[in-house]
Formats: sequence, structure tokens, C-alpha cells
Amino acid sequence: MSTTEQTTMNPEVVALGDPDLSFSFGERRTLMNFLQTVTLWILAGIAAIPLISVLWMLISRGGLRISTAIFTELPPAPFEQGGGIGNAIVGTLVMVAIASLISIPIGILGGLYTGLLNPDSRISALIRFVGKVLTGFPSILSGVFVYAWLVIVMKTYSAIAGGVSLSILMLPTVLLTAEQAFRMVPQRMKDAAYGMGCNSTQVATKIVLPTALPGVMTGVMLAVAGASGESAPLLFTALFSNYWIGSFTEPTASLSILIYNFSAMPYENQIELAWTASLVLVLIVLVFNILSRSFGTRRV
Amino acid sequence: MSMEMEMNKLEATAAQQAAGDVAIGANIDKIYYGDFLAVRDAAVDIEKGKITGFIGPSGCGKSTVLRSLNRMNDLIPIFRLEGHVHFLGQDVYGKNVDPVVVRRHIGMVFQQPNPFSMSIFENVAFGLRLNGFKGDISGRVEKALRRAALWNEVKDKLKQNGLSLSGGQQQRLCIARAIATEPTVLLMDEPCSALDPIATRQIEELMLQLKKDYTVAIVTHNMQQAIRVADKTAFFSVDMTQGGRTGFLVEVGDTKQVFENPKENLTKEYLSGEFS
Ligand SMILES: Nc1ncnc2c1ncn2[C@@H]1O[C@H](COP(=O)(O)OP(=O)(O)OP(=O)(O)O)[C@@H](O)[C@H]1O
Ligand SMILES: [Mg+2]
Repeated sequence: MSTTEQTTMNPEVVALGDPDLSFSFGERRTLMNFLQTVTLWILAGIAAIPLISVLWMLISRGGLRISTAIFTELPPAPFEQGGGIGNAIVGTLVMVAIASLISIPIGILGGLYTGLLNPDSRISALIRFVGKVLTGFPSILSGVFVYAWLVIVMKTYSAIAGGVSLSILMLPTVLLTAEQAFRMVPQRMKDAAYGMGCNSTQVATKIVLPTALPGVMTGVMLAVAGASGESAPLLFTALFSNYWIGSFTEPTASLSILIYNFSAMPYENQIELAWTASLVLVLIVLVFNILSRSFGTRRV
Repeated sequence: MSMEMEMNKLEATAAQQAAGDVAIGANIDKIYYGDFLAVRDAAVDIEKGKITGFIGPSGCGKSTVLRSLNRMNDLIPIFRLEGHVHFLGQDVYGKNVDPVVVRRHIGMVFQQPNPFSMSIFENVAFGLRLNGFKGDISGRVEKALRRAALWNEVKDKLKQNGLSLSGGQQQRLCIARAIATEPTVLLMDEPCSALDPIATRQIEELMLQLKKDYTVAIVTHNMQQAIRVADKTAFFSVDMTQGGRTGFLVEVGDTKQVFENPKENLTKEYLSGEFS
């Protein structure tokens, strides 16, 4: 019985003979693999061309003017030489900070509600829906909206209005990534916390928040990076200013509007500054993007 | 006023005396998940200073009963219990009872290791900090880790994340976390199912040590383990007659008696199946 079984099974094994494990290029599978790898590298290279050329242009043209004056001086008047973009850098940072102060707490609390406290309620479904709609919200409409509700009421363009319009754009990113991060905290871990005698608030603050923090920070950094580069919402809300920011209720300079204004001017000095402002802006965005990646890769 | 207090005191001592050697007296009539009757008629006493083992086929409600002892099941919205569970004379499901406080006195170790995403040290110190413990935290952490047979493996890396440990080490970390606060009763739901035989032996040793000071209830699928560690054994089974699969307590008694001389036929059949 067993011998017949062996004879019926053995021929195939014997037919293969001693295995040849050495690498051979001639085999179809290896060849295809090689071709595909090469193709993909070429495609990736093509995709990177625009990115690299933009970066190259920014560095070669904007890098010329990088100096301390750029950070400490005000924009020049027409025909004036030199000058800097200090007020625009400060203005952008201030408005992004205001936007963060509004959107991060609301976004995290919202994410905590939809992701942890009451995921299945109708309010959660509504919050989620609004978040997703806001994600695709045209940024210029956020500016128009704040113009109608804040600028007209306050009778002035201001850093506050600029910050509020940016916060509308940041909110969905913070909210949806925070929700995701809170959902990723395993139920087992929450059970353990309840088992140790935590009440729901303690489970949220001692376990869920710290465990989800890297994920939440990723969303926050992405939102900040996105808001830093926005120009359309600021056009109707913060406008621009040639001076240092003196209060939150006056028109405020920003990098993106400075780029927009100066690049259209017929003066060489201003155009150079627009390039430098672009480089600074890209660097700011890049820093926040890198921060978000560094949080994301941290072990949960 | 003072009369009333006297009366209350008297009542309390009376209740304690009635409790006697019983840490947890469970008198469960029915446990429902929604409309589904999961368990019926389970009356078990978890005696002080002893290890009580819960055995029985899968799905018979061992975990359900165990988790209802410290009100862990309250976290499941559709859970509903009819009956009483007395912890040192007080009804755990009484009106003014805070389940959070119950869980601080009745600790729990789960089937799946579930350390927190924080350092090994902080994992063990978690319950101490939660309870506002003011004494020597490092000392208590070391003691708990030693008793959980984990100290030698982690003493040089207490700052590492608890999740970086192996599965078996994680489980011992969870045991250390649960015993660091010295709860009155420790509930363990198949704590060794993720462990190798050596770690399992270490945990069993630990349980035998623990019972000098604590009371332990353990669910296990491993009959040998029940024989090795349990002083008393409760055998659960399922009956399919009422449409659903409803678990119930078949018999409970000294481990030796249940395994060598079971009163019920169901127990006999189950054990002969397990040991054949
Ligand atoms: N959260 C829940 N919701 C609904 N039904 C549940 C829930 N947990 C358990 N049950 C049901 O209750 C019954 C008893 O389950 P339980 O987990 O207590 O069994 P067990 O004896 O611990 O089984 P095992 O040995 O496989 O762990 C099962 O029929 C199960 O499907
Ligand atoms: Mg179970």
C-alpha cells in the first residue's frame, strides 16, 4: 500500500532532480521583475521632475536673497532697494497660531467624541459628515464666509479674521485624523484600564489620549502645514500690511499674500523677494510635514 | 442618630459574619446579552485565600460569569444580570455601588495580554498612581514584578515600552500590574493561554504564592492546570434545549472531588472526554 503510494508520488520529485538554486538572469520571471523595477523607477523619476525643478528654482532664485535682513526688515517700497519679509513671516506664524488655537482643541474634542465617547450616535454621524464636507470646502469660500461674518462686523481686516478662516480649513484634518487615532487604540487596552478601576474620563485622559497622541499630532502638523501655505482665505480677511503686526485687529501681512502681491510687480527687487518668500514658505511647510512624519512613525 | 449608626454597624458585622470565609458569593439567576440568555443558575462562592477554577466547554459562559464578578460586563451595553453578587457581604450590583470602586478591589487579568503603551515601570505603577498611593512606588513595582516572575528579565529596561516585550512577558507584566495594588480578589481569564510551558509553570507558582494573601478565581481550559492550582473547581456546561446556547453551573466542589468523584453525569462525561 505505502509502496504504491510512494511510486506514484516519487516520479515528479525525481524529475526535478537536484535543485539549482543559483540566480539566473535568463529566466522569464527574473527578467520581468527586472523590467518592472526599471519601469517603475523611470516613472517615479518623471513624477519627481516637477517637484525637483520647482525646488531647484526656489533655491536658485530665492536662495540669493537669504540673509538676516530678510527676517528682520520690512518690505521695501517701489524703487527702494534691499528690505525683507520679516513682517510677513511673523504674520503667517501668528495667524497659523490663532488658527491652531481654535481648530486643535475643537478638532481633538470632536475626534474624542466621535472616536471614543459616542461613535455610533447621530451627533457623531453629523460631525463626521460636516468634517468630510469641510475637507473639500474651497478655501476661498472660507475667506468669503469669514469676511461676511467677521470682517464686516469688526469693520476691519485683521489677524483674527485671517486665523479664523484658516481654522476652518484646519479643522477637518485635525478632527478626522484625531478620530482615526482614537479609534486605533485597541479595545483591550481600554478594558485593561477599566479593569484597573478607571472611570471613563480617566480611561480617556490616562490611556486613550497618550496612546493616540502620535496619530493626533500627525494630523495637527499636516493641518498646520496646509494652513501655512494658504493664500485665498487671507485675501478677504487679513489683507496685507507693510508694517510689523501691532495688534490682532489690524490688517496683517502673510507670506502667501506677499508672494501674490510682489510677484506681479514690475520691480526686480520685489520679484526677488517674492522668490525668497516662496522658499521660506516651502521650508516652513516642509518642517511641519517632516514633524508630522516623525510623529507618525513613532511606535504606538 | 447614634442609635442608627450602632444599628448600621451591627448590620455590617452581621453581614460580614454571614459572609464567613467567602470573598465573593455569586448568586446569578440569569445573564442576558440583549435577548440572548447566555448564562442561567450559577451559584458559586469564591472562598478567601483559595483558588477557584472555572472549567467547561467553550461558550458555556465562564468568562461571562467571571467578568460579572467585578462588573467588567457593565461596559457591554446589552449586558443584563438578574441575581446578586456579594463581595465581602456587600451586593456588588447594589443601588449605591460604584462599579469603578468595585474594580479597584477586584483586579483582573485578561486572556490576551494588554499592557498599556507606556514604560514597563509605568505599567506596573499605573494602579498605584491611580489610587493615589503615596508610599514607595519603586519598591512596590519591583515587588510586583518579582512575584510575577518577570523582574530578572526586565530589571535593566524598565523604561522600555511594555509593548516591546514578548507575548508571555507582556502577560506577566499584566499580572504584575494587577497585583501591584494588592487587590482583595484577583480574577484571571485564561491567563496562560498565550504562554509557553515554562512561563505557565511560573504563573502557576505565582498563583500558589498569591493565595496566601489573596483570593483568586481563574478560568482555564487546561484540566491539568486546574488540578495543579485550584482548591475548588466549578464546572460549567451548555444546554441547547431552550433554542439558544445557555450556559449553567453543573457542579462546584473541592477540586479533588470534582475530578475524581464528580456528582453529576455531565461532569463525568466531560472529564472522560478530556482525559481519554
Ligand atoms: N459581548 C457579548 N455580546 C453578546 N454575546 C456575548 C458577548 N460575550 C459573550 N457572549 C456570548 O455569551 C456566551 C458565553 O460566552 P463566554 O465568553 O462567557 O464563554 P466562555 O465559557 O468564556 O468560552 P471560552 O472558553 O471560549 O472563552 C457565548 O454564547 C457568547 O457568544
Ligand atoms: Mg472565555
